Order: sequence, then structure tokens, then C-alpha cells
Amino acid sequence: MAFTFAAFSYIVALIIDAFLIFFAIFHIISFDELKTDYKNPIDQCNSLNPLVLPEYVMHLLFNVLFLFAGEWFSLLLNAPLIAYHVHRYLHRPVMSGPGLYDPTSIMNADTLNKCQKEGWIKLAFYLLAFFYYLYGMIYSLISN
Amino acid sequence: QSCREQIVQMLNELPELFNGTHEVESCLGAALKAAYKMISPTGGRITILQGSLPNLGPGALTSREGGQQKDKIDSGLLGPTTDFYKKLALECSGQQVAVDLFVLSNQHVDLATISGISKFSGGQVSSFIGYHSHKNLSVAEKFDKAFRRYLTRKIGFESVMRIRCTRGMSLHTFHGHFFVRSTDLLSLPNVNPDAGFGMQVSIDEDLKDSREVSFQAALLYTSSKGERRIRVHTLCLPTSNSLQEIVQGADQQCIVGLLAKMAVDRSLNASIYDAKEAFINACIDIISRWRMVQCANQPGALLVSPNLSLVPLYILALLKSFAFTQRSGVPLDERTMSMINMKCLPLTGLIQSMYPDLYRVDQLEKVKTIEDEEGILIPDPDRIQLSAENIAMSGVYLMDLGDIMYLYLGKVTSSFFCEKIFGVSKVMDVDENLLDLPELDNEDSERLRALIHHLNNKKSHPVPIKIVRDDSNQRHLFISMLIDDRSQASYSYYELLQQLKSEIK
Repeated sequence: MAFTFAAFSYIVALIIDAFLIFFAIFHIISFDELKTDYKNPIDQCNSLNPLVLPEYVMHLLFNVLFLFAGEWFSLLLNAPLIAYHVHRYLHRPVMSGPGLYDPTSIMNADTLNKCQKEGWIKLAFYLLAFFYYLYGMIYSLISN
Repeated sequence: QSCREQIVQMLNELPELFNGTHEVESCLGAALKAAYKMISPTGGRITILQGSLPNLGPGALTSREGGQQKDKIDSGLLGPTTDFYKKLALECSGQQVAVDLFVLSNQHVDLATISGISKFSGGQVSSFIGYHSHKNLSVAEKFDKAFRRYLTRKIGFESVMRIRCTRGMSLHTFHGHFFVRSTDLLSLPNVNPDAGFGMQVSIDEDLKDSREVSFQAALLYTSSKGERRIRVHTLCLPTSNSLQEIVQGADQQCIVGLLAKMAVDRSLNASIYDAKEAFINACIDIISRWRMVQCANQPGALLVSPNLSLVPLYILALLKSFAFTQRSGVPLDERTMSMINMKCLPLTGLIQSMYPDLYRVDQLEKVKTIEDEEGILIPDPDRIQLSAENIAMSGVYLMDLGDIMYLYLGKVTSSFFCEKIFGVSKVMDVDENLLDLPELDNEDSERLRALIHHLNNKKSHPVPIKIVRDDSNQRHLFISMLIDDRSQASYSYYELLQQLKSEIK
């Protein structure tokens, strides 16, 4: 078993992906709470907004590790998601703090549905990526 | 009551206090925060009278005017630059404080950003650009009347509005000044009788089993006497599976009003150009669907259902309004104010401000009369379409825009008319700074004043009249509202219809 840098990057990716899956589930639950009037938009946005940038930074982190380890296929898989994150953040509503969600415009039925769909798609992506990283880690640990 | 003397004393001293100062910055943000802290234990209303750009302290802004000689107005210029006012408005809304904004300035105040304070706290925004108590009497009079109405009208505090509809439909988007607290609950710290709201409904399920659908709007508020009251309106509408019936039951003014609100949203998210395209597409959809329903094909004509026949005219008026016009030289604040009006005015007021009522008033003795509630005979002239071909040089016309009326005197108005109404012999001598018609004791003057009084009774508050002579330099105020004609960078009504026809083929 060779403990290469690639293996290390896959281990880091696995751990971080677990967190990302947790964030995606948290997003889905939050939007569902908004839809069913369980919570008000101001509180919900205050709890969602601080999580946005850490999620993007963590995702970028293990992709940078992939870059250094030479794992091009994994990097290619994640590249569209990085581009999407950048695009989303550049087109966010005017706000002084970090975040994507503005309590005044979030209660539009269209926006809510779009954000929920985004949450589900990301959850599916992170889940599939988790199993792929698991495979990648075992492969790089076994191969020499 | 107990502090009345102190308040009166302070109001008397206020003009003297800052008379010789050299610091002319405005710190609106700090003042708002202080006012909010004082009033938050009880809730209520804050009124802002803003005269210049707030450029000091928290929420300081810089001028955004002057960079848009180009045709495409950047949608970034129409939205806020900082969310300081929006956040403060949300805090105010939580403490049941509403903030109303009156803009009385000659310069740019970045209305797009500071109107955020009213938008989400249920307040109203009015602008009286060019206000000056001596030099611009008509605007000063407009402000005077509007402010009196503001101080004396009914008000509801700590209100919430909930709108429910039959299962299978859901409310989608809300337009107006309030905070959407949950999917169908609107929080309005103050509710005022002059506000208008719009809602978009989406049909989620097939409604073929229900014969009718109903909507219920409930407003829970505290009256000014401290009683907690609820006011409920219920509307029940029949369903139909015939497209023809649905189109024949459509309300064109409501359609145009909602299109205007949606276009304002689209301009802020995408661009004004997209909003204009959407308007034209809406017209085309209406006409082409009707043609499909009727299965008729008259090559030269544009077939429209009779109750939707004014839609292209109203759309033309919207395209020429300050909000969406493409002509250069429209100040940003005017554009923003027009967009705010589209979202907040009640429907009749909105239609009137877009496409004003025009009456010919120089020969009222020949016009048919109607009786009003008190049995007085009021002349009832026909409404004229807003085109220069309907304006005769010898005529006098009254244009009712909703918040001001223009009385236009043609170049060769008969001296008989001038004598009877104004007491002068020539048109040139009519004083343009008059704010009301002189009360002369003859039949013509009484008839004209009765007509104006009758028009004013239908509004929330009486509006001032501005006299516009044909030779004055304010002539453009009247001429620019002649919607049917071609003007700088926009079509005439006829040209719009031609364009629609070519796009439908």
C-alpha cells in the first residue's frame, strides 16, 4: 500500500464531502421550513448566509489538492460546480455581509423552488462524488 | 397633548437653528437609526422629508447620476447600492414602525437606494422634484395638498394581510410595499388607504372539477382609536373551459397594471430592454391567441376581443412613461419614482397617470350634463384621445393626470372665454402661476369649476391645476403627454399597431 499524495487528497476530499453533504441537507430542510411557514425569512437567511462561503471555500480546497496531486479526472468532474458557484456568487443581491440569500426576495415562490431544486441536485452530486472519492482513495492506496 | 407646546416651540425655532451653518451634508442614516431607537418600543410611523443626497454617516451614498448618456440604462443603476436601508427597514418592520419618504429636492438623491427604507416597512414614497416654496408654486401646492391628505387620512397600525385562495391555486409573487413574512402573510406596519397591491396567482392543479374559485383577503389591523379590527374581502369567480369566455371576461386595466408591475421587476433583475420586449410579446400573445380562438383571418386587420382593445394603447403609454422610456435626459430619480408608482399606485390612479384623461372645456354649455349626488348639474364632456390632431388651436383642454391637472389654452383661444374664466381679455395675459381658477360670477366659470370639483371628488385629495399657455416654456409638460403621437425615440400609436401586425404574420 502506497500512501501517496493522491491518496491523501482523496481522504481529505472524503471528509470534506461529508460536511458538504451535511450542508446540502441543511439547505433543503431550511427551504422546506420557509415554505411551510415554520420559520420567518429573516432568521432563516441569517442562519443560511454564513454557511455559503465556507461551503464554496471547502469545495475549492480539495479541488486544489486534486490539482496538485494530478488527479485530473476528479478535477474535471468538479470544474462545472466550481464555475456554477462563482457565477452564483457574482450575481447575488446587493448585501453588505457574505451570503446569497436576501430575506426580502427569498419568499417568492419561484426563488424558493429554484433554491430547493438546487439543494437536491447538489445533494445528489455530493453523494455520488462521495462514493467516487471512496473508490479513488482505495485505488490510489492499493496501486503503486 | 402634553407636549404640544414644546413641539410647536421647536417647529418655530427649527428654521433659525441652522441658519448660518456651513456644513451642508445630510446624515439620513444616523437620523433614521436614532428615530428608530426612540420609536421602537411603541411602533408607529416615521416621516422623512429629504432634500439632498445623504452623504454623511452610516448609509452614506454617492451620486450615481451623470454617467448614462448611453441608451441602455444599466439595471444596476436602478437597484440599491447598499443594503443599509433595506436592513433598517426590516428591523423597523419587526417593531411595527413604518417609514414614509417625501423627496423634495432639485438634485439627485439616489432614490433607488433610499426608497428601500419604505419598500419593506410598508411606507409610501412620494417625490416632488423641483420643490421650491417661492419659485415653483405648482409643485409646492402639490406637496401642500398631498401632505395634508397624508396627515389627515385614516391609518391602520400593526397590520398583517393574508390572502387565501381555493385549493389548486397558490399565490406566487407579491407587488407592493410590505414585507412578505411567509408564503401568504404580508406584514404591513402601517396600512394606508392610498396604497395599491398586486399579486400573481399560479394554477397548480387542474380546476376542471370546481365550478368556481374564490379568493379571500383579510386585513388585521389596529385602528387609530386602538381597536383591533379585521376587514375581510371575498371574491368568487366562475371557471370555464371555453377559451372564448375567459378572454371575454378579461379585465384589460388589471392586465396592464399587473404587466407594469412585472416589468418593473424584470427591469431590476434583467434590463429595461427585456421588459420592453416582454410588453410587446404580451400584446402579440393577446392578439394572436384571439385570432386562434376566433379562427378568423382578415389579412389587413388586427382582431382583438372588444374588452381587450385598449391593451396596445395602454402598453404604448407604459413604454412612453418615465420608467421605461428610451429617450435620453430622464433623470434617474424620475425613472425610479415612476417605477415605484407603478408598483404602488391603486389601479385607477396608475391608469390615469399613464394615459391621462383629456376633456375639451371651452364650450361646456353645449355639452350634455349629468346630475351628481347633490342634484347639481355637472357638464360631462367626452374623453378625447391624446393626439395632437384632436387639439384645436382655438380650444381649451383639461388634462387630468391623477395628481395634477393641466389646463391648456390654445394659441387663438377666444377672448370671450378668457374674460369669462380669467377676467383678462387676451390669452397672453393669463397668469400662469395661478393655482386655482378665479371664482368669477358667471355661468361659464361656474360650470368649469363644477367640472373640476366633480373630478376632484373622485380622488383621494383635491389636486392643484396648472395653467399651460401655448406660448409658455412649460408647454412640453402638456405636449409630452400626447401619447398617441410619435415623439423622440418612440412610436406613435399607429406605428405600434403596424409593428404588432408585422410581428404576428
